Amino acid sequence: MSAELWPYIVLMVVGFLPNEAWRLVGLVLARGLNEESQIVLWSRAVATAILAGVVAKLIVFASGSLATIPLGVRVGAVMVGFLAFLLIRRSPLAGVLVGEAVLLIGGYFFAP
Amino acid sequence: MPELKSFPTSSAAFFGGVRHALTSVFFPVMGGTYIGIGALAHDFGLSALWLTLSTLFVWAGPAQVILISGIGAGAALIEVAIAVTLSGIRLFPMVMALLPLLRTRETRTTDLILPAHFTSVSMWIESLRVLPGIAHAQRVAFCNGLAATYMGIAATFGLVGFYLAAGLPPLFAAALLFITPISFLISTARSAVTMLDRLALVLGLVGGTVLAALQVEFDLLWAGVGGGTIAYLVSRFRKKPVQADV
Repeated sequence: MSAELWPYIVLMVVGFLPNEAWRLVGLVLARGLNEESQIVLWSRAVATAILAGVVAKLIVFASGSLATIPLGVRVGAVMVGFLAFLLIRRSPLAGVLVGEAVLLIGGYFFAP
Repeated sequence: MPELKSFPTSSAAFFGGVRHALTSVFFPVMGGTYIGIGALAHDFGLSALWLTLSTLFVWAGPAQVILISGIGAGAALIEVAIAVTLSGIRLFPMVMALLPLLRTRETRTTDLILPAHFTSVSMWIESLRVLPGIAHAQRVAFCNGLAATYMGIAATFGLVGFYLAAGLPPLFAAALLFITPISFLISTARSAVTMLDRLALVLGLVGGTVLAALQVEFDLLWAGVGGGTIAYLVSRFRKKPVQADV
């Protein structure tokens, strides 16, 4: 097996299949779970917590160019952006833009 | 009962879906999200082809972010696969809710494979909103046109993010990499309307940070399954059954 193919095999086995399986389950099961059923509520909570964990890791243990921005600036930018989202009519765009602005300004002035 | 919108041919219905996607609010949202994911893929050393294939095959933003950051950071593959599958469970009730809208007496199950694969949050929200106003026989074609266009937008903007991250000075490349965490945090918070979802969000943020800092093996799974289960148990036993939207 050539080394160049390896990332694509990983993509299919670790990314595509574990995700696609649920779409097929939904296709095959004609009738099934109620959206309010306990297993659905639990799985939503787990999926939310996993994604939140990934988000936290991407910010706190940043890699690449994001790692050149000091931790305090990254965390501050997320907090200000989130606050902007809550205050400005719960607009995701406002939150993202304000967070990005804080990151750019903070990164410019506090770059190591 | 209001008149259902009907197209002269099924290809006209397909292009009706294309047009709807190009004018929907999800166009800029998806563009921004995938610029971030493209930058992330570049940062973790994956190729542009790999990025594009992951968009076409995985076709779920959260799963792609988990996949890219997991394999990019060298996490155990089994951990990444489990995290991806746990994030994908939500697709199952979504597909189940979508198919009754698409199915007619003439529909074969093979006609539904593509719409099932195309199912992702943005396509699903738009389909559930728009399909009830479209003639039954043309819903599959409309839905395929809509979703294929979303996918094309995502793949294109993923490449934009990938090559911008490669060419921009570090400060601006950092800003691109910042899109993914902040936009996913805000969109998750936005859809977390129940106490259960909000608690899961907070526990995931705290658990993910603490367990990664302690370098616990499978930190993400513990944070996700542990945090989600604690949130579930707390909200289940604290009051009467939770109300969930979507």
